[in-house]
Amino acid sequence: MGRVGFFTDTSICIGCKACEVACKEWNAVPEDGLAFTGMSYDNTVTLGSDTWRHVAFVEQRRPLGNQEPGVGDMDFRWLMASDVCKHCTEAACLDVCPTGSLFRTEFGTVVVQQDICNGCGYCVPACPFGVIGKRESSGVAAKCTMCYDRLGDGQEPACAKTCPTDSIQFGDLDELRERAERRLEQVRAAGTASARLYGHDEGDGVGGMGAFFLLLDEPEVYGLPPDPVVTTRDLPSMWRHAGVAALALLAGVAATALPIWRRRG
Amino acid sequence: MTSQTDVRLDGSAELRTEREATPGSAGDRRERRRSPEAGPEKGPEKGPEKSYDSYYGRPVLNEPTWQEHDIAGYLFLGGLAGASSTLAAVAELTGRPRLARVGRVAALCALGGSFYSLIHDLGRPERFINMLRVFKVTSPMSVGTWILTAYGPQAVCAGAADLSGRLPRLGRAATVGAGLVGPAVATYTAALICDTAVPAWHEGFREMPFLFAGSAAAAAGGLGMLAAPLSEAGPARRVAMLGAAVECVAATRMERRLGPLAEPLKRSPLLRAGEALSLAGALAGVTVGRRSRIAAVAAGAALLAGSACTRFGIFRAGMESANDPKYTVQWQRRKLA
Repeated sequence: MGRVGFFTDTSICIGCKACEVACKEWNAVPEDGLAFTGMSYDNTVTLGSDTWRHVAFVEQRRPLGNQEPGVGDMDFRWLMASDVCKHCTEAACLDVCPTGSLFRTEFGTVVVQQDICNGCGYCVPACPFGVIGKRESSGVAAKCTMCYDRLGDGQEPACAKTCPTDSIQFGDLDELRERAERRLEQVRAAGTASARLYGHDEGDGVGGMGAFFLLLDEPEVYGLPPDPVVTTRDLPSMWRHAGVAALALLAGVAATALPIWRRRG
Repeated sequence: MTSQTDVRLDGSAELRTEREATPGSAGDRRERRRSPEAGPEKGPEKGPEKSYDSYYGRPVLNEPTWQEHDIAGYLFLGGLAGASSTLAAVAELTGRPRLARVGRVAALCALGGSFYSLIHDLGRPERFINMLRVFKVTSPMSVGTWILTAYGPQAVCAGAADLSGRLPRLGRAATVGAGLVGPAVATYTAALICDTAVPAWHEGFREMPFLFAGSAAAAAGGLGMLAAPLSEAGPARRVAMLGAAVECVAATRMERRLGPLAEPLKRSPLLRAGEALSLAGALAGVTVGRRSRIAAVAAGAALLAGSACTRFGIFRAGMESANDPKYTVQWQRRKLA
């Protein structure tokens, strides 16, 4: 089985949140608040242990291509995007997990083994996208599995299955990348010059994302980091610095007991 | 398996027409805005473009779930334990039995507190043993687990042999062994917090191990001064002075190098208090602390408090940098530019 992934084309997202519901239902993800946030139609706010698909709603006083928004003379566009775990090629959560609970599946996705995780929480600050969280009720880390159980049965993930506009597309990652390039050209040619791909490039800071996006604005507008880098890229240097510091501590303490200090007591 | 999408595991091809839709392609909004008859524009869209550099001001990162009293407390206690073991080993080998005892007992107590904090912070404490399933050099927590596995029994052995007065040769060997591993216990925690996406921690990874080593040495020296007799506390006073100096130099360098990312560090009252207490305690220790037992106790207490302030300050500054999207977004934009 080759690597599979999501291509989330936000230009055709209608903000219906069917993906959020399907994900919750299929994966039995607990309810995590039904609050009015005042953030447009968003009431899930952010990804976390109990939100594996999050639809962002952004209201901007800018035109969407040549569209007539129909609100007087005002420019307006409404950006919607269904965010999800990126299933990074170089996944920080997986790298830092001290129990081996997080692992890479045969589909190239990154999954938490709920029965192994002891809830150390290291994966939470390691993730450069703020995806994974520690579930209050169980005490262990939880995030999108790309419906590992469904994949094993030849089914596509619940969110992609339910998406009514095919904004969420699931499939072979290489094929999705090719399709995304074509789609980007199409959207741009149709007048939305601000369209860009996010996470499709294997040369980026996480080695390419298993779930990538077509966005209509800068990534940070949707709450995504503009240039995420897997933290473990710097780990060899961190170990070198920590090693030197440890040796310096050993030498420093030893030096304080040398006989040259005797006279001064 | 039937599906409506075309890229499928079974390769069936059937396309929905919606996915070819091109929002924004219809209409003549652009043209109308450019025409002079439309007159001057009104409303907020006329001014300089509003910059959308976050999603409703929400942080990009998820806040670390680590509890401050557990993990910041462990950063302090782990450092104190590791450096105390090294100080105890040096004291043991240079004929300072009472300073050695202070170091061993301090390490034993701090180690106990460390284990309590680390296990208490787990979401499933009863599964702490799962840490020993694997050894992963990519995970400082895994490496740290194994460092503690090498260090813990030796520190316990050294402390227990001292307190019970039994097996002196084994106790001596364990003292030296724990003293050799101690510096690793005191500095790996820097790699632990730096190996995250938290901006103020990650970007400080060059100085953090030295800051932690210095802070650990200052704490261990302080405790040695506080509890050991003046005649044997010489190395403790010098360790404290050296540690406080290294800690302050590393902190200053880090704040300078991080530029705008250093804001949470610079405005941390805990870090300023930590520096002041460490330096004051260390200076008092090597001056009046050499003659006056009371001064030595006060200086030692100040050093311990200073080290704790520094660790909690670093912890909080990291939390602050994780919770504000500007430290994530603007830093990454700067690097892209």
